[in-house]
Formats: sequence, C-alpha cells, structure tokens
Amino acid sequence: MTAEHIIGKSVPRKEGRDKVTGAAQYIDDMTLPGMLYGATVRSQIPRGVIKKISFDPQVDWSEFVIVTAKDIPGKNCIALIGDDQPCLADGKVNHPEEPILLLAHADPHLLRKAVNAISIEYEPLPAIFSIEESERCSQVIWGTDNTFKAFLIAKGDVDSVWATADYIVEGEYTTGAQEQLYIENNGVIAAFDAAQGVTVWGSLQCPYYVHKALMALCNLPEDKVRVVQMETGGAFGGKEDYPSIIAGHATLLAMKSGRPVKIIYDRLEDMTATTKRHPSRTRHRTAVSKDGKILGGEIEFTIDGGAYATLSSVVLSRGTIHAGGPYYWPNVRIRGKAVATNAPPHGAFRGFGAPQSLFAMERHMDRIAQAVALSPVEIRRRNFLKPGETTTTEQIIREEIDLGKLLDRALELSDYSAKKTRFAQANETSPIKKGMGIATFLHGAGFTGSGERYLASVVGVEGCADGTVRVLVSSTEFGQGTNTVLCQIAAEALDLPYEDVQIAQPDTNRVPNSGPTVASRTAMVVGNLVRSAAVGIKQTLIADGMLRSSYSPEEFRAACQRHIAEHGQLRSLARYDPPAGVFWDDQKYRGEAYAAFAWAVYIAEVAVDLSTYSAKVEDFVALQEVGRVLHPILAKGQIAGGVAQGIGFALYEKIVWQNGRMQNGQMTNYIMPTSADLPQIRVFFEEMGNIHGAYGAKGIGELPMDGPAPAIVNAVEDALGTRFDSIPLLPEDIFETLSEAVSADREP
Amino acid sequence: MMADSSEHRGKCEISLAVNGRAKTVRVYPMERLLDVLRHEIGLTGTKEGCGEGECGSCSILMNGELVNSCLIPAIQAAGSNLTTIEGLAEGPQLSALQAAFLECGGAQCGICTPGMILASYHLLNKKPKPTLDDIREGLAGNLCRCTGYMQIFDAVAEAARRRNPA
Repeated sequence: MTAEHIIGKSVPRKEGRDKVTGAAQYIDDMTLPGMLYGATVRSQIPRGVIKKISFDPQVDWSEFVIVTAKDIPGKNCIALIGDDQPCLADGKVNHPEEPILLLAHADPHLLRKAVNAISIEYEPLPAIFSIEESERCSQVIWGTDNTFKAFLIAKGDVDSVWATADYIVEGEYTTGAQEQLYIENNGVIAAFDAAQGVTVWGSLQCPYYVHKALMALCNLPEDKVRVVQMETGGAFGGKEDYPSIIAGHATLLAMKSGRPVKIIYDRLEDMTATTKRHPSRTRHRTAVSKDGKILGGEIEFTIDGGAYATLSSVVLSRGTIHAGGPYYWPNVRIRGKAVATNAPPHGAFRGFGAPQSLFAMERHMDRIAQAVALSPVEIRRRNFLKPGETTTTEQIIREEIDLGKLLDRALELSDYSAKKTRFAQANETSPIKKGMGIATFLHGAGFTGSGERYLASVVGVEGCADGTVRVLVSSTEFGQGTNTVLCQIAAEALDLPYEDVQIAQPDTNRVPNSGPTVASRTAMVVGNLVRSAAVGIKQTLIADGMLRSSYSPEEFRAACQRHIAEHGQLRSLARYDPPAGVFWDDQKYRGEAYAAFAWAVYIAEVAVDLSTYSAKVEDFVALQEVGRVLHPILAKGQIAGGVAQGIGFALYEKIVWQNGRMQNGQMTNYIMPTSADLPQIRVFFEEMGNIHGAYGAKGIGELPMDGPAPAIVNAVEDALGTRFDSIPLLPEDIFETLSEAVSADREP
Repeated sequence: MMADSSEHRGKCEISLAVNGRAKTVRVYPMERLLDVLRHEIGLTGTKEGCGEGECGSCSILMNGELVNSCLIPAIQAAGSNLTTIEGLAEGPQLSALQAAFLECGGAQCGICTPGMILASYHLLNKKPKPTLDDIREGLAGNLCRCTGYMQIFDAVAEAARRRNPA
C-alpha cells in the first residue's frame, strides 16, 4: 500500500482483529491478584436528609470494606466544570440512586446480599420533577432559582418584526430523556499503593477528566494519579463524565482496603443511576413574510439538568447555538436555560443539546410552511443560510455550502415528490397511512467558541525502536474509529504504509492530553495536530541529515532506528494553536461559534398502521456534507449508527419516570431498535471542500443524531394530518393524539 | 455472578466440550454458563450486556443451537458441545464471518461482536444463502447500539458469498 492512497481508503480498523476474535480486553475481562469487588448503596428517595444508616446484625460486617463520605481524603466532589456534585452523599440526598455508601468484598454474591442488608432512614423533603415545577421555584433545590445556567443570543431587532409580519407562527415542542445504552455497562478497576499512588483502568471516553477528578477527590498530585482506558464497548457521551464517579468510588475502596477493587455495574444500575440525554422544551414564535421568508423570531430553549450542574451548561450552550437551524435569521432572540430537578443528573449524549433544539426547529419549519401555504421543501429552500450570510451568533458562513443543491439531491435519492403524491392518494382509502418528512440541519464541529483555545490540546507522535511510528493521544476509541483515522492521518503525513503506524493505549502516564473525545472534534481538531506532530518527526530526521526530503518507507524506518539508537528517542509534540482572527464573545454569545459546520438533509418515509397505531420508518435517506471523508466505511458506519439512535429517540425509547427514578431500567422494557425494526438506512456524502481539519475532514460523529427525529415526526404528520410535537412518539401517544383530534372535531 | 471460591459446598463437577476441547470444571449447579466460560474456563470473548437474555452479547452455540449463555444454568450444559467466539478462527486465519465483519465495518465498539458473529454463524449454518430479511430476522435477538446494523448485514451477506461462491 502506498501512502497517497491512505486518506479516503477503508483500511482495516486497527483494533478490529481483536474485536472479531474475542481477544479485545474490556474492563470486565481484566482481573488483578487479590482483587475485591465493589458495590454502591444508593438513595431510595428523591430528596431528603439522611437520619440513620443501619447495618443488619446478621451480616459479619468486619469482612467488608465500608466507605462513607468521611473516608474521602480530598474534596467530596466530582470535579468537572463546577464541583457541586458530591462523590458520596453527606447528610442529604438530592436524587434517587445518589451514591451514599460503598462496600467491597472478595465474593460478589455476598456483596450483593450485603447491599440489601443496609437500610437507610430519611427525613424526606419535597422534590420537583419537571421543567415547569423547577421554574415555579416552589422548592429551591439548587442555587437561588433552580437555574444552572442561562444564555441569551440576540441578533438584530426582534421587537420591530412583529408589526410588519404577514404571519406569526408559534409552537411548543418537547423531547424526552434518552438512555445511551452502550452495550458494555460502566466499569473500572482501581489500585492504590502509597508510592505509586492511584491507578484506574476503565471503560471511558476522557482519561484526563477522570485524572482531574481523582486528584481533587484523593488530594493527590498529578503524578500520583494514572488513568488507563481499556477497550470501551460503546459510550455515546454516556462515558464522558460518569466514569469520574465510578472511578472515584473504586479508588476510595482501594485506598481503604489496600487491595485492587473492581466495580462493574449491572444493566439496571447503569440505566437507573447514570446519565441520560436532557429532556427539553422549546418554544418558537416566528415572524414570517407572505413569501415565506423568516423575518425574525424568539426561541426559548429549556433543558432539565437533573440534580447537579455537571455538563448541563455546555449541553445548553450547544443546544442554544443550534436552535436556529441552518436558516438565515435577520433578527432573533434565543434564550437558553438549564434547570434543576430531583432526577439523577442528565449528561452528555451524542448531539449534546442539538438534537433537542433542532427537533423543535425542524418541526416548526413544517408548521411555518403550513401557515404560509408553502411546501416543506420550499419553505426551507427560501430560508437556507448561504455563504457570506451570518448565523444567529453572527458567525459569517465562509464554507462553500449549497444547501439547495444538497436538498435537491436528497429529494431525488428518496424519490420524494413521486412518493408524496402516491401516498396522498393511497392514504384516502388505505388503513396504513404513509408520509414523507424532511429535516435540514447543521452541526458545529469541535468545542464551542473559545473551548478549543482553553483546552490547548497536545498530541505526540514518536518513532519506535523498530522504525515504526506511534501516535500518542488521550483521544479514545469506543467504536467510532479514532485509532484507525488518526493512524491514517499520521501515515499520510509521513508517506508511510498504514501498517507502519500504531497508536498507544490511552494512559495518562504515557500520552499527552489531547482533550476529551467529545464534540465531533477528534478527526478535525486532534487529526490536524497528529498531522503536525507527524510532520515534526520527519523534519527532525531531515534536519539531522538522516533522511532525504523524499524517501521510501524502508529509508524512513532505517533513519528512525538510527535516530533512536543515537539520541534515545524521536518524539514530536504539537499543541493547538487557535487560528488568527477568530472572534468569539463569551459574554454576549456572539461570534465564531464553531471552526466548521457539517450540513445535512435527511428524508424519512414512514408508515403508520391505524390498527396498531405504530409508526415504522420504511426508508431513510441521510445525505451530508462533512468535508473530506477520511474512511468511507467508518464514516458510513457513524452515520447509520447515529440514524438508528435517532430513530430510537423518535419512535421507541421512552423512559418511564416515577418520583425522579427510571422505572424501566432494563432492556426488556426500554426498547431500542433491533435489526428487524430499522429500514435500510441509505447514507450519502457530498464533498464540497472545506478549509478546516486534517485533510479537509470536519466532525461527523454527532451530526446523524440531529436529523432523524424531526424528519420522522414530520413524516408522521404528513401521513396522518395531525400535529405531533413531542417525542418519543410511541403507538399509545399516536393513539392518544388522534383520539383527542377526533373528539375536538366533534365539539360544536 | 462469579462463584464463591472459598466455599465449595454445593459445587458439582461437570464435563463439557468447548470449541472441541474437553473440559471438566467444579461449579455451582445454578451458576450461569456465561460465568463458567469467563471465570472458570477463562474464555472472556463471550460478553455480558444485560444479564437477562435480551441483548444477545453472550450468545454462544450449545449443541449447534444459539443460546444466551447468561440464561443457561451450568448444570444444563453438562455433557454439551459449546462453540464460542474463540472457536471460530483456525489459528491465525480468521473465519469468513470474522474477516467479513472486519472488512465491512460490522464491528465498531466490538462488545456485541462476539455474540453477533455467533448468531450470524448459526444463521449461515441453517441458511447458507440468506436473504436480507433472513439476516434481519436471524440477528433480531442481538442488539448493536453502534452500527445501525447496516454494515452487519453487509458482513453476513459477504461471508455467505465467500462460503458459497456462486
């Protein structure tokens, strides 16, 4: 294989062979000598004061390691953005399943029994469970007004548009919580010794987040905390912040017992106690001209953050910035707010606020189309952002994006017009109603605003003694293809075969902090740094006279070996350098929110069976512009996987809450799509050229989560002619809405 | 759930064949076959996803039939022939299914992959030339959260072609 073919080629996944043979080592496959198992005793109530903890005298508690908040050597918090979330509840609880006490024992059977032999008496306090209750402040459970964070985006003069508007269109849209449902539950092993400090191995996305949290919790210096990522069986954001909690718990047990401690959650514990997608409510009020142009509008985007702040402020930020969709707003006011409720904290999940606010925007576009009597296609076409125009944060679109062209292609691929006509005719008599729905959207790649500047990520590339090259990053592989794509980039930069480049296991003792593996930033931001660092080692070899400027892989290997023999190591680091002239105002929320956007048009074909009221997606076209496609198979896999999760978000995945606790925390009653439920997900790319990212790549991972839900619900509305403004939309919800519509019709 | 090694009372000896090799292990009769494989026999390629027979990550073949090993008590497996993911490759040579999963993008995070490949293996044994609907139906007991299944379907179809060239 020659180097120039590596980018854009579907080379084998680096860790793929181990995954198909069963050799890959996940955290539960690892055992250490003398290892204990750990378990968590959790709150059974949503809010209250802990009065008494009783240990059943039938159990010999001297055999168990018991840890409470009193055993924490450092600060009792999970250090993240803020530090309001305790590692272990101390005196009071603020949500069901809040960790109170930890146990460890060599025998997991006895451990499980022991957890049930501890009873906790509480003095319950009134709790709140919805955005509306939180806003009313009948109980203040966080800060002075239950508000974790609020943002305001203001562009132009919204107050002036109402008088001249031909139409004013209003709507309210809500989305439910969604479980990430990675198939591998959360798990870690922690070990401690006084000389080395703490080592944690785990299933996780962000080794340096865990590192930071453990330093604060254990009061240890940087070099006494080591975090190693094991093969990770899916994450989707669900292993962004939560691993800091479970790692903290295992570490406290390991420190107290002096033995390694493994904690692996079972499915019920993982689903009821760990993070989910934030439930949301979005209100739109839009002024539109008679020819269907958006004149201006107000958007109110509110998310339920659960009991502690955790990542809610950044989820809110992304959701607020995406709330206007891929449209031109001459005037707009967007208010974003994250509020507290007595549920376990909601957290990161692929899309990170954007799927929620874009669901509302794309439903609302269809509502505007109806008001103006234009088609869903035409209303979008008339309002698309064009190069040179500005987004809601007044970021100028510099990419050569042509959304109209993207829309035309998607319409053709889905056979939209012909099907829409055919379905409208057939629906008059058929008990199975069919419809077509469109969503057009964008997703910002990388951290928002000044995020990447603050992160200042560092990446390393080093030569090995055998002449091969190794990429050193804390960016993790959890299925998306990080290992493969970063090796492709290094190989391309060095003119080496893909096989000559490896990637180190993420281990904070060995790799620099290339930032968290989130925000669709890895290929674009980290990839660019890998390229720079790779070029760095080439330049070193050339400067040392060991390599000519053009070389064969054999010559490179020889030079690399010689350099290491003479100098001990060959290593190059690259640090993120913010591009010049990028403007972002964190106070006013104005400026260049993202280094690049990915753009997409998704079209869903849906059939609703009026005997069962179930909606089924029968065809799905996902067309996107994500810059250069580095690896077609991985890219298609990212899109199809995201669309499947989006279909689940729209039609299947409903969390049943009772007093802040998830009641259906099992795979038998929380339903994700199976292979029999999904349509053919047809994935297409349009490459339009882009100035950012390694070899022209933009972010891809989160984009496909944004479009499916609105496209599907728009199709359901097209099929049935009835408004649906909330997801998930299960058969009982469709039944209920249709029944209400029928009874409303009958009223005089 | 792993057995308590300090307490042998109640344990019994069972013999079974795993990937063609005879094994004798001392286990609790009601211990999950999944735990016997992972902890007693040391084959950790079989994964646990839900522990209640819903996700299929722990799928193995027992006497040629596809089962969820989290639902099988050890005693029920006595005398049986088991095939796990570790039994599919011949030395360094990947089986047609493993190679196709690798090439077609059928494995992303990899945690469902062993079970998914065993379910696919079972399907191809019964239906060497499956239709797309056969594949959808045959894999409906195995959940994958990463791929959206499309590239898994590609992999199974590709493996079928390789095992039965036109």
